[in-house]
Amino acid sequence: MYEHDVIVVGAGGAGLRAAIAADEEGADVALVTKLHPVRSHTGAAEGGINAALRDGDSWDLHAYDTMKGSDYLADAPAVDTFAKSAPEEVIQIEHWGMPFSREDDGRVSQRPFGGMSFPRTTYAGAETGHHLLHTMYEQAVKRGIEVYDEWYVTNLAVTDHEDPEDRECHGCVAYDIKSGEIHGFKANNGVILATGGLGQAFDHTTNAVANTGDGCAMAYRAGAPMEDMEMIQFHPTTLPSTGVLISEGVRGEGGILYNGEEERFMFEYGYANNDGELASRDVVSRAELTEINEGRGIEEEYVDLDMRHLGEERILDRLENILHLAEDFEGVDGLDEPMPVKPGQHYAMGGVECDENGETCISGLYAAGETACVSLHGANRLGGNALPELLVFGARAGWHAAGKDMKTAEIGTGPSAKSEDGAVEPPVEPGAIDASSEDVVADGAAVEPTAVIENAVENERERVETLLEEDGINHANVRADVQETMTQNVNVFREEESLKDALRDIREARKEYENVAVSDPSRTYNTDLIHTIETRNILDVAEAITLGALAREEFRGAHWRAEHQERKDDEWIKHTMLAWSDGTPELYYKPVELEGDEETYEPKERSY
Amino acid sequence: MSTQIEQQETETEQEEQEAEIESPGERRRAEKREREAEREAQRETEEATLDDEETVLLKVFRYDPEVEGKQEPRFDDFRVPFHKGMTVLDALIYARDEYDSSLTFRHSCRQAVCGSDALFVNGRQMLGCKTQLAELESPVRIEPLPHQEVVKDLVVDMEHFYDQMHAVEPYFDADDLPEDELEEQRQSRENREKVKMSTRCIWCGACMSSCNIAAGDNEYLGPAAINKAYRFAMDEREGADRKQERLRIIEQEHGVWRCQTQFSCTEVCPKDIPLTEHIQELKREAVKNNLKFW
Ligand SMILES: Cc1cc2nc3c(=O)[nH]c(=O)nc-3n(C[C@H](O)[C@H](O)[C@H](O)COP(=O)(O)OP(=O)(O)OC[C@H]3O[C@@H](n4cnc5c(N)ncnc54)[C@H](O)[C@@H]3O)c2cc1C
Ligand code: SF4
Ligand code: FES
Repeated sequence: MYEHDVIVVGAGGAGLRAAIAADEEGADVALVTKLHPVRSHTGAAEGGINAALRDGDSWDLHAYDTMKGSDYLADAPAVDTFAKSAPEEVIQIEHWGMPFSREDDGRVSQRPFGGMSFPRTTYAGAETGHHLLHTMYEQAVKRGIEVYDEWYVTNLAVTDHEDPEDRECHGCVAYDIKSGEIHGFKANNGVILATGGLGQAFDHTTNAVANTGDGCAMAYRAGAPMEDMEMIQFHPTTLPSTGVLISEGVRGEGGILYNGEEERFMFEYGYANNDGELASRDVVSRAELTEINEGRGIEEEYVDLDMRHLGEERILDRLENILHLAEDFEGVDGLDEPMPVKPGQHYAMGGVECDENGETCISGLYAAGETACVSLHGANRLGGNALPELLVFGARAGWHAAGKDMKTAEIGTGPSAKSEDGAVEPPVEPGAIDASSEDVVADGAAVEPTAVIENAVENERERVETLLEEDGINHANVRADVQETMTQNVNVFREEESLKDALRDIREARKEYENVAVSDPSRTYNTDLIHTIETRNILDVAEAITLGALAREEFRGAHWRAEHQERKDDEWIKHTMLAWSDGTPELYYKPVELEGDEETYEPKERSY
Repeated sequence: MSTQIEQQETETEQEEQEAEIESPGERRRAEKREREAEREAQRETEEATLDDEETVLLKVFRYDPEVEGKQEPRFDDFRVPFHKGMTVLDALIYARDEYDSSLTFRHSCRQAVCGSDALFVNGRQMLGCKTQLAELESPVRIEPLPHQEVVKDLVVDMEHFYDQMHAVEPYFDADDLPEDELEEQRQSRENREKVKMSTRCIWCGACMSSCNIAAGDNEYLGPAAINKAYRFAMDEREGADRKQERLRIIEQEHGVWRCQTQFSCTEVCPKDIPLTEHIQELKREAVKNNLKFW
């Protein structure tokens, strides 16, 4: 068994920032990560990092924009904390050597971004995330922070009290991918989940193959609820074969979208008569899918984004990077032909419920980054707000776990924050196939830290043995079925019947998953095993997204329902919560906190 | 409890069939099954009549120290259907998911930023995700990076590469920082431009694997690590003292002077970093620096 004060699961932007923060507080901290830190998907972020740095801008303007962008589903204490701390965090990474793009006077450049009332987006070329990730990893190396890389964390070691709020997290269990050994990790002060996004619940996503929602699923099964899972952002211009993002810049410069009949559909079919291609992400995504579904797509799959008329000179000057992406990942020359694009899953606004200090309702268990839901982004994340979130809330989780004295959180967590029972009518039973046989025994027996961990390790060894030794089906088909139904039914279009279909498909996939086994018998670098375990996590998060989407009968932010096409403030300014309850998911609501430090945010129409 | 069941699951077969006719979802799934069957049939006929135009033959290196039959390295053939835009990584994923789930390779981002999938393809180091199959001679021979220990199949041990990276103190470490914690350090645009290419490294290891010198001298820092040192030594924000220390590191016995300007690293770098140039420039800096002190 390994032992540290603080264990951070995941070493993307959030995990690295958390680890550095814990180290700053003098804690013995270790990063446990399934990918080497520099392989994390934070490296894929292009656009930038928002922070109010200059005269004329201020944290409260940033906070206001964020709240408005969230469509009033974010919590004010999170938004205020975020906007106030973003400037120090951004300057901090500049002090750590981040190669930001610069102005003539040598100061960090900022550019305008969608939904921001001031040009406050700092950036480093079109590779902001890459530079952020590497800068922070370098600082972790400088501090000598221990990294267990290519260790896959399979589950958390949590006491089995009946009420999740009485539970304590003492560590986690991890599988060493290189050797195939399973070990317990004891955390004296806390475990911080920073496992990133869950894009692999969909078959078309800008997320990495490793973004399988592990942290969410692990916390959920340990008793920490998931919050606002239905809030998924889709990006309208991703390459069909890989999901690689084609930046909004192309449309900003004048790129035009055509359907298979060479019609400029944004105007011709009246999706956005004023803004056309430049309408907001969700509007454009829905328009593209309508075209494709009504048979006017190309190869029944995509539409065309044409920038040829901009001319070679302008393209090379401003969009050169796009030419490389289209060429390398789609085999298309953007100077010669239009680029195929379609909507793709991009970002999860929801996640593990936590407060401004990153704490979940289970003591000693924290979450930060895309896997967490503080909630900062509410129903819709603004571009450039995720990276500073990693810094601000990653740091806070790290400090808090390391024992720093911090302001008591205002955001409530766990069952005690519940305001209302939920009502959702799934067509099939959700949750574990055989809930009574689920892991958590809830008899309060295992409470002594080492025993809790040993127990968890034993369970995991058994699971892995079973997977390796028994015969069964390959997980890949199960995963593909879930991804397909999610993309088909739980995308930018959400209709009651389709959502129910998705739940049925997920149920079927769960049943099939009962029969999966790993055919590679090796203990060495067994990716078959890792992917099989990940697929179970995908099932849990996919189901949570769909249940939330079915429950929320309104249109808010990224969530659109065919039968309920308006925002219903009287009824729906509340968070959708889903608790695992030992395998029988329970849906309930918790209030949104709109009272901020300076002002109470008044819901206004989200128009730009 | 809140998640009520709208309609109990049907128990008997007959009821199930009724439900199938009634519910649009069931209908859709039935259709889906039909489509799947059709696709399956189509795939079978296709596979029977495949000619070389529509498929690509992969010859993939296989090795597993533990598994019987794989302890002796061998090549496996996989014939995968080809489509426009398909990359080497797509082909490997297809082969793994459809033919052999034990086929092992690292990958994550699929967009040339995570640096996981540097491979030796038709005798050259490249990123699987950034290489179009259409541009390669068939059959496509896929091997792990040379000069690194093979862990399994296409996975190599990266520890040595990481050690070399860490050996150059790869972290920003300014002599002085602005006093105000909200004030940034100034950096000129020219200086940022100067270090820009060097900051693009994704730690893929392709350069190191292509380097003859590194193959012969295990202690040689190698192109990526020297480039990392360049990235900091040339960054004007760090200050003169730190630069001295950095030059001392790259000047050591297994540092820049080992490089024989063969350009192989520069040729394979997927991020187009002018590695050899950076190494040469550091050599000049080191000479200048030594003259200054002598
Ligand atoms: C293409 C793209 C462009 C974007 N552009 C921007 C932008 O311009 N601005 C912006 O603000 N945001 C942007 N975003 C969003 C933002 O980049 C992400 O939300 C953010 O980087 C996520 O960081 P993270 O640290 O939470 O997770 P990640 O960086 O994904 O890291 C997750 C870590 O968890 C580890 N891990 C996962 N599961 C396990 C497990 N079971 N065991 C052990 N380790 C595990 C992984 O190894 C990895 O180290 C973009 C996102 C994408 C996909
Ligand atoms: S310098 Fe280029 S080839 Fe070498 S590790 Fe970095 S990105 Fe890869
Ligand atoms: S998969 Fe990330 S670089 Fe190729």
